[in-house]
Amino acid sequence: MSVGRAAVTLLGLIVLWQAVVWLAATPPYILPGPGPVAAVFAAQPAMLLGHAAVTAVEIAAGLACGAVLGIASALSLAHFRPARRWLLPLLVVSQAIPVFALAPILMLWLGYGMASKIAMATLIIYFPVTAAFYDGLRRTEPGWLDLARTMNGTRRAVLRHIRVPAALPALGSGMRVATAVAPIGAVVGEWVGSGAGLGYLMLHANGRMQIDVMFAALFTLAAIAVALYFAVDAVIRRCLPWQPETSPTMEAAPR
Amino acid sequence: MVDGVGPSPAIEIRGARLTYGATEVFHDLDIDLGGGVWTGLIGRSGVGKTSLLRLVAGLADGATGEVTMRGRDGARAAGRLAYMAQQDLLMPWLTVLDNVILGVRLRGGDRFDSNTLARGRHLLAAVGLEDKAEALPAALSGGMRQRAALARTLMEDRPVVLMDEPFSSLDAITRYRLQDLAAELLTGRTVLLVTHDPLEALRLCQVVHVLAGAPAAVQSTIAPEGDPPRDITDRRLLALHGELLTGLAAERRAA
Repeated sequence: MSVGRAAVTLLGLIVLWQAVVWLAATPPYILPGPGPVAAVFAAQPAMLLGHAAVTAVEIAAGLACGAVLGIASALSLAHFRPARRWLLPLLVVSQAIPVFALAPILMLWLGYGMASKIAMATLIIYFPVTAAFYDGLRRTEPGWLDLARTMNGTRRAVLRHIRVPAALPALGSGMRVATAVAPIGAVVGEWVGSGAGLGYLMLHANGRMQIDVMFAALFTLAAIAVALYFAVDAVIRRCLPWQPETSPTMEAAPR
Repeated sequence: MVDGVGPSPAIEIRGARLTYGATEVFHDLDIDLGGGVWTGLIGRSGVGKTSLLRLVAGLADGATGEVTMRGRDGARAAGRLAYMAQQDLLMPWLTVLDNVILGVRLRGGDRFDSNTLARGRHLLAAVGLEDKAEALPAALSGGMRQRAALARTLMEDRPVVLMDEPFSSLDAITRYRLQDLAAELLTGRTVLLVTHDPLEALRLCQVVHVLAGAPAAVQSTIAPEGDPPRDITDRRLLALHGELLTGLAAERRAA
């Protein structure tokens, strides 16, 4: 996506927002205009940045833990039959429990600090990564496996040299989904109980009718989410140079 | 050309059978493959040619039967054969050279071993791809990809080579050149060539079995004169081709 087009889109949305504020004459405690929100950024940059850093660390740590656990689970599911028998049903059933409902319990166990938020983000990321990677590992081109069999490849070597590389594009898709949902885990965790982070800031500002601060926090969160998505997307594309057109942004680009 | 693998064994297929639902594709089929020569298998699609080849390859999906190798040692077929399919089955994430030495890696060998690399490069040179060693398969034309697959087959250095329509996805000129190359490089090995191109079978094989009927049986066996690869302007070869094609077309009408 070109920077110019992004800027035009952003500007258009801001104009629309201002127009809604003017035309509907909304009171600032329902919908503040772009002006007051920008003023918050200008007046309290350090405060916003501090909370943003906390949330960003929670998201990044959750993403890392969730990805590592998800990759490890998918590999064991693909390689060990007992893992498939015992772990897979458990995994599916565990998804029936809404992760958000676990937030208060995690808070109880792990406290009000970052650990409980990282755990929330990890839980929410774990499943899409596991599911996507395991799916990729199961769908290896049968011709490649036939070839490997005539070459007398060991099961382990076939996993390492054929099935895992072949499943990397699927893992990439899982990671993209995980990156998109990771901020939800962190923010929900902060809502349930915390002393720092953008989720905490939003709740805090809401209680004091500082709707402009709420919006400023929201935009900061969106910026973090978008930056993280593009960073992960860039890493994935770099790691898979042989896989053309791996992301939706790539498909939309050449016009 | 067969280095260090001993005389190429003859192969006996006895009592091969394949049933799809209520349909018997073939039943109690016996076929002999001469040691160190090319045997062709032709017939209309669905007659079970590929299933027979997969039975020999140990990749049988449904087909059953006894496959014995009559070499010096009477060892089993598995582990002594190389397989080349219609699709090149190159791994898109590996360079051409890494694809050629894939078998070594799958058997737990060292991919940086200088002997392995030298042999891989030598075989790439033999198929005319020495300058493509570091390229990814996506950068290669269909003919080049199939040549890389041929180099990978040769790298395995097995006395038995099973080829399932290896050249059928190529244009006529490329196919012709690759037939010459394969004939030259696979001299002295026991080759089973499954093809739907009668001329290809007649050019390359010492013995051509025509499979026909339901359940399928060897309807006729042709042994063209001269050494492969045969000249396609040869009148006897063209006459045989004409006969064969007419016979196959008549069978197709009857089916």
